[in-house]
Amino acid sequence: MKLKKMFFITVIVVGMALPASIFAKPVTINWWHAMRSARGKVVDTMIEKFNASQSDYVVVGTNKGNYDETMNAGVAAFRAHKQPHILQVFEVGTQTMMLSGAVYPVFKLMEDAGMNIDWSSYLQAVLSYYMNSDGKLMSMPFNSSTPIMFYNVDMLEKAGIAPLSKTEPVTWDKLGEICKTLVDQGIAPAGMVTAWQSWTQIENYSAIHNLEFASKANGYEGLDCELMINNPKVVAHITRLKDWIADKRFMYGGQKYQGPKAEFLAQNAAFYIDSISGIAKLKESAKDFKWDAAPLPVEAWMEKPQNSIIGGASLWVLQGHTKEEYKGVATFLKFLATNEMQEYWHMETGYFPITLNAYNDLKSKGYYDENPLQEVGISQLNRAIPTTISRGLRLGYFVQIRNIINEELELVWNGSKTPQEALDNAAKRSNEQLRTFEKTYK
Amino acid sequence: MIKRSFFKSRYLPYFLILPQVIVTLTFFYWPAFQGLMQSFLLSDPFGRQSKFVWFYNYIELFSDPLYLKSILITFVFSLSVAIVSLSLGLFIATMANRALRATALVRTLLIWPYAVAPAISGILWLFLLHPSYGIVALGIKNVFGMNWNPVLNGTDAMVMITMASAWKQISYNFVFFMAGMQAIPKSLIEAAAIDGASPLRRFWSITFPLLSPTFFFLSVMNIIYSFFETFGVIHTVTQGGPGGSTNILVYKVYQDGFVGLNMGSSSAQSVILMSLIILITVIQFRFVEKKVQYTG
Repeated sequence: MKLKKMFFITVIVVGMALPASIFAKPVTINWWHAMRSARGKVVDTMIEKFNASQSDYVVVGTNKGNYDETMNAGVAAFRAHKQPHILQVFEVGTQTMMLSGAVYPVFKLMEDAGMNIDWSSYLQAVLSYYMNSDGKLMSMPFNSSTPIMFYNVDMLEKAGIAPLSKTEPVTWDKLGEICKTLVDQGIAPAGMVTAWQSWTQIENYSAIHNLEFASKANGYEGLDCELMINNPKVVAHITRLKDWIADKRFMYGGQKYQGPKAEFLAQNAAFYIDSISGIAKLKESAKDFKWDAAPLPVEAWMEKPQNSIIGGASLWVLQGHTKEEYKGVATFLKFLATNEMQEYWHMETGYFPITLNAYNDLKSKGYYDENPLQEVGISQLNRAIPTTISRGLRLGYFVQIRNIINEELELVWNGSKTPQEALDNAAKRSNEQLRTFEKTYK
Repeated sequence: MIKRSFFKSRYLPYFLILPQVIVTLTFFYWPAFQGLMQSFLLSDPFGRQSKFVWFYNYIELFSDPLYLKSILITFVFSLSVAIVSLSLGLFIATMANRALRATALVRTLLIWPYAVAPAISGILWLFLLHPSYGIVALGIKNVFGMNWNPVLNGTDAMVMITMASAWKQISYNFVFFMAGMQAIPKSLIEAAAIDGASPLRRFWSITFPLLSPTFFFLSVMNIIYSFFETFGVIHTVTQGGPGGSTNILVYKVYQDGFVGLNMGSSSAQSVILMSLIILITVIQFRFVEKKVQYTG
């Protein structure tokens, strides 16, 4: 009897003396993201896998609406000192996040957590978008896409035109010829449509042809940058598109993707430029004709076209949490970059895998032989080493600038302005935005 | 002799209105004051650094030709919405005020659109009038041979959002006009009819003047509606495009503040918007109300 009592006391004493951490609940990491529906489910699965893989941390993912809403939720939470650990922010918000003083740079987070990451094994065209001017990674790339050109195979066949190459871009002149044939023969009501015109026809056009979008290395090297899109080459490109409207080689379908996609699906246009994330959407809805994808067209004078630039979002780590929690964040980010996760993400959503390892692994498994569409964007992104001009854009009030460009382009399409006037005005108006932004952070 | 109740305690009335005062202060005056303060600042969205810049945000706005254009667009838009919805509301109310067989049913059905949220109304009209997939738009193009393209043509876009915004407001106006008409003594109209006044004459000389308080009230409400609540329509239908031709003030506040995170400019815009609407309402009360005949 006495022995039994002794035994109990010992158990209790030993139990109390044990470090609290054994009984402590795992550390919670909050992640606010903008991924909904199908992508949201993929994100949830990734989180579940992480939580199941270890017991120290629990990641809680919360969808906060679309990109704008998620960023706003993050800003409001930060002001109220209730910010999540990880916030997903779209690429145009990069400059604002970088200058906010509210973030814990990812390269530093990884260093402090003692994790050795070989950044050279990542896709450089993706990383470079989120690096500071010293080449240090500020946020973790998450979902990255790039524009490519979809086309109606049936229409080309009818005109006796061979399918386009998936790696070698056609020239704009060639595209013009094809569109002319298709329209003149009455095969297609119009030649091409484009989604996200500012992103595809000006931002990416500039990157691919190594033309400065803005001074100071597209804004990477200073807030006192100015837009350069009113240069003769971009003006010539917009003039060409304007001319193409007249003979129906180009039709305008709206600023975003819905209108242009509808035109392509209704077979009103033979070519359709949109993000690689369009692959999934077309697979779902383009049932009554054959379609394929090719890299974006390139000018004949550009012998070695540069990489295209990305769109999408990255994960920012916000300040104001404990060391232990940051250790969890670092573990989670590292987990997300594993081959298993990146391959799963890429296969389910069509967004790029962010590491070369994952890409090569998929390649060796023959994934791209089965899904050649998925490789079009990657090879376009990897075909050249990014220059200081093609690595990305780093502008303040970029959302407004895109709006301005969209507005001015619409004024070109409906004939209110000449391309030169519109692009001059777009640059002028954007520069005013940039000056206000500069003044805010000076 | 009117019986007045009065309170023994001097403080009780203040205590009783306190909840309302607190609600008004927290949800109206406090944010308005914050907006006013913010409009003099340049600050980053995270609120880490902000600078007092006097009237910089205002000067930037008024030296921007597009902002002035946006003010003009707002006036054109709200006037068209008010005119369309008031005249159609009045017309329908006059028609429905006659003895119909299924009066109750007709009235109920006519009130329904008011229950539709502006954003939904926008989507519905978009389905009808979108140049690529709108049924009516295809009809306009194929049957009438007209070039209808609200995606590219500013005037078409303006017509489309005006219809989508006015449609819903017609029901609202209808209800008030209907109620107003029923308050008009039948004897007046009958007397006029006996004197040989035509229906049109009776409407203009008797019904309309007696409806003027309702008309005035509705014109104020419609202007306020078209300034603020039409946000949902613009957001779903045009997003301010094409080429900024439907970018009304309230949408610009949202775009610059919520999407673009330029808090200073956005606040300045909302202060201007607030002043404008106060000014318009004051003008309406000062000048238009004089012509209103209140009875009873």
